[in-house]
Amino acid sequence: MLLEKISNARGVSGNEKGVRQVLREAVAEYCDDIKVDALGNLICYKKARTATTDKPLRLMVSAHMDEVGLIVTGFNGDGTLRFGCVGGIDGRVLVARTVLIGDTEVPGVIGCSPIHLVPAEARTKAVDADKLVIDIGATDEASARKLVSLGDYACFAVTYEPLLDGQLRAVKGKAFDDRAGCTVLVELLKEDLPVDLYACFTSQEEVGLRGARVAAYAVDPDAAIALEGTICDDLPKEQDKTPVTEVGKGPAITFMDRSFIADQRLVKLLTSTAKAEGIPCQFKRAAAGGTDAGAIHLAREGVPSVTVAVPCRYIHAPASVLSLNDLENTVQLLAAAIKRMNGGLA
Amino acid sequence: MKEMIKELVSAYGPSGNEGQVRAIIESLAVKATDDIRTDSMGNLIVLKKGTGGGKRVMVAAHMDEIGLVVSYIDKNGFARVNPVGGVRIPSIMGTLARFADGTVATINREKAMTKGNEVATWDEIFLDFGVDSAEDCPVGIGDMACLDCAYADLGKRLVGKAMDDRISCAVELQALLEMGESPNDIYFVFTVQEEVGTRGAMVSAFGVEPDLGIAIDVTLSGDTPEDDPFAVVLGKGPAIKVMDSGSIAHPGVKNWMIKGAQEMELPYQLEVLKFGGTDARAIQMSRGGVPSGCISVPTRYVHTSVEMVDMDDVENSVKLLKGLLSKPIAF
Repeated sequence: MLLEKISNARGVSGNEKGVRQVLREAVAEYCDDIKVDALGNLICYKKARTATTDKPLRLMVSAHMDEVGLIVTGFNGDGTLRFGCVGGIDGRVLVARTVLIGDTEVPGVIGCSPIHLVPAEARTKAVDADKLVIDIGATDEASARKLVSLGDYACFAVTYEPLLDGQLRAVKGKAFDDRAGCTVLVELLKEDLPVDLYACFTSQEEVGLRGARVAAYAVDPDAAIALEGTICDDLPKEQDKTPVTEVGKGPAITFMDRSFIADQRLVKLLTSTAKAEGIPCQFKRAAAGGTDAGAIHLAREGVPSVTVAVPCRYIHAPASVLSLNDLENTVQLLAAAIKRMNGGLA
Repeated sequence: MKEMIKELVSAYGPSGNEGQVRAIIESLAVKATDDIRTDSMGNLIVLKKGTGGGKRVMVAAHMDEIGLVVSYIDKNGFARVNPVGGVRIPSIMGTLARFADGTVATINREKAMTKGNEVATWDEIFLDFGVDSAEDCPVGIGDMACLDCAYADLGKRLVGKAMDDRISCAVELQALLEMGESPNDIYFVFTVQEEVGTRGAMVSAFGVEPDLGIAIDVTLSGDTPEDDPFAVVLGKGPAIKVMDSGSIAHPGVKNWMIKGAQEMELPYQLEVLKFGGTDARAIQMSRGGVPSGCISVPTRYVHTSVEMVDMDDVENSVKLLKGLLSKPIAF
């Protein structure tokens, strides 16, 4: 299964080649043209198959290949590694994790003191992320340097696996933000659509929507959809105030976030399609976070854009959880909505 | 001109929902030119063609205003909101929120009885539509509200919501309507989504590809009781921007504005603002860079529903803009 393959692949921002390679193989047979640009974006073009107009809509659909992770920034005399975070990581999720470093996947542990040595009052406080190091079992700097180089990336050592085979069809894995979106985008490339589809698997989203910015400039689309794995906080709430999204309730449509305000025609197209086709969908009920749409909608003279996301619990942490139902419903909603784009936006 | 200002500031137009404001502006702009288009993001681009030999100028005033966006509706029909643009919570308590179709709601906080004197957080703010269930709630998730208008004509000074930046839309429109012949091709652009990050100006500047950019926006004033030191006051003329945290005015453009004001014997002030940013920043950074500046209308109580401007400043801003654009431009 593709989600499993790309979730297990490593692709911290700026080092997306592992993910790109898997995706490139997965989409090759469905595309009319494939290229990799200077920033590492994988841009796949599929000409309109069912258009009834001479000038089909140029639609850019993006999903980012990169994930948050770590980068080695120094060596300590005792053989441990100093590191920095790539993208938004809450320092509290780092303690006591296992990681894989560099192309050779050197295993390491982000160490912490055993409970026996931690005074009771210190146990209630978060560990200072700046003081954490990666332990690869080396006894001195020289032996550590033989295995690891400065600037090597590290990602969380988490393997994809299905959880309880119940109603949600939940799975857990690394980097569902945004390998979930990548999976949806590959499925869309298999469809016969009435638009000229530019499927852009982008780089460096987690460090500031950088890949999408240049991809959108090059593609120069008429409209755009960013596919995401988004924030989900549906575990029991005491008050009727939120959740932002809920697992199992279908794809989440963004009306606004920190990076952009969604085009109202595209939001309407998605909600009316969902209603007509009986596909569940929900709004992302907070104007938080940013997506590739933030960069794409400002390209050149502006691009009407929207973001659709698969709700994922625990994003930006080692293991996230999603529902395969949501993933499949996202593919269905997108395919059905794009099929209604024949002749452009209303 | 007061009539036009009242109509413009009273109109509904939070960022991304500028359609009603755009319709008003378009209906007035057609009296001056028929070369009008709306781009894909909603920017209204009005070209007043020159007689030739001049520069390609983009003048930008933003149509959007700050507001609220509905993010969640609870089972009793109360709505939770997020801010759209720089909304400060103390400024919105006690005002009404108004939606595109005229629907209004009160803006309230949790535990008003015990915590009413403390500043609320966004998590504690909710809207009350006067209904008892989610089914009866007249708005949906993603719908945006502006603050309801409290327009007042104090004679020399006007008060209302959205003077930021409809007062500049009015200045632009008035200059457009009064413009005689000019060698310059002037693109009067009415931009969208300034309050959320000068987004409309970014894409319209790419489209217009001007030789010179001029933003018209409001600035603060330093003339109310115990104000922070700021050398702009109401009634002393338009403020020619030197810098703010978003951009530094092109020195040539700034000096050209100063010289123009002096030659026309118009009052003006120089503005150095510690924070804030205008469409000038977006235009300046477009493509390979565009020499840009900003003319500001001094305004009290910016980002509240009682923003105050002085009519002398407004009229002098029109004269300054019109005078500058009527002649060959050299900076």
